[in-house]
Amino acid sequence: MNEYSMFSIWAVIVAIAIATYLIRLSFIHLFGRINQVPARIKRFLKFVPAAVLAALVAPQLVTPSAAVTEMILDERLLAGVVAAAVAWWRGDILATIVVGMIALWTFQFLLF
Amino acid sequence: MSGNETASAGQDDSPDPDARTALEPEPQDQRLLSRLLHADFRAGARDSIGILLGLIPFALVFGIAADSAGLSTLQTIAMSAGIFAGTAQLVMVELIDANAGLVIIVFTGLVINLRMLMYSASIAPHFTEYGKKTRAYLAYFLTDHVYAVSIGEYADEDSDRNKRLYYLGLGVSIWLVWVATTIAGFVLGAGIPDSWNLQFAIPLVFLAILIPAIDAYPQLVAALTSALVAIVAALAVSQTGLPEGADLLIAASVGIAAGVAAEEVMGQ
Repeated sequence: MNEYSMFSIWAVIVAIAIATYLIRLSFIHLFGRINQVPARIKRFLKFVPAAVLAALVAPQLVTPSAAVTEMILDERLLAGVVAAAVAWWRGDILATIVVGMIALWTFQFLLF
Repeated sequence: MSGNETASAGQDDSPDPDARTALEPEPQDQRLLSRLLHADFRAGARDSIGILLGLIPFALVFGIAADSAGLSTLQTIAMSAGIFAGTAQLVMVELIDANAGLVIIVFTGLVINLRMLMYSASIAPHFTEYGKKTRAYLAYFLTDHVYAVSIGEYADEDSDRNKRLYYLGLGVSIWLVWVATTIAGFVLGAGIPDSWNLQFAIPLVFLAILIPAIDAYPQLVAALTSALVAIVAALAVSQTGLPEGADLLIAASVGIAAGVAAEEVMGQ
């Protein structure tokens, strides 16, 4: 549960919706005047998905701890490794979710 | 086009029967043309089916996450219908659930969606034949999948499909299913017990998008660096006064820099 006011959440949604639309429209609208994303910016944009997604996933799978065994024998990390293997092998969202959830429940059952 | 011109020219100045037979193909052509247009929209819709199989679980997870973050039904629908960008939506909901700063949420959402600049630039040459208004509504449907499939279709030189209708066939069907499945997830989410740990599906969705995106060593460097920094930064956020969500921005920035640097080193 979040602690924002109704208004703040609406403001965030509307702001991102408008900004996202303008990003989409940008070159489609400007074509003829500016036709290319500058190469320097492109170099950075290319890495945005991998970097952002990795930063989102990692802390949810690993809890830093002095006890290394405890860190590795974490059902979320183990299920994450299994799911990553499925994602790599199949490249399929549904298969990744299904196998990952089953792996989580299995490791939870085995480890506790 | 040229068929139309000859036919209407014939209608204007020659009332004799020979000319009338020459006219015959015109309505035929017209009907054929509209049928073709229609078929192109359907072709786009048909080509969206494979994508929908991947997007449906994603939309369900988003709906469930929105429910557990405490968003209202209307806010959830507004996000799917208005923002129409799965990864950004899911990240936003995660940050809202963590009570991150509003500026951080907006900034992160924007950074994630900035990649669409590249799609916009890449697809723009294919839309130059359309007017401002048409281009304005076409832009609304520009997602990762609509972009990828359309550009593949446009690159096929044997294909003479109408670009606008094919694109709309894809975009409209993906939009409809995305919004509808989000609502389904939101409703379902309320009925699923917390002990199932369905929240874990969120990092799983991110993994499913992340892993195929790593197609070269610099991408791997970016992802691994970002992951390591994120784990440390998450600890820092929980133990210091850093705002929630700051860890994500720090980790992603370092990861992007590492990727650019790796490419620089390996590329030379």
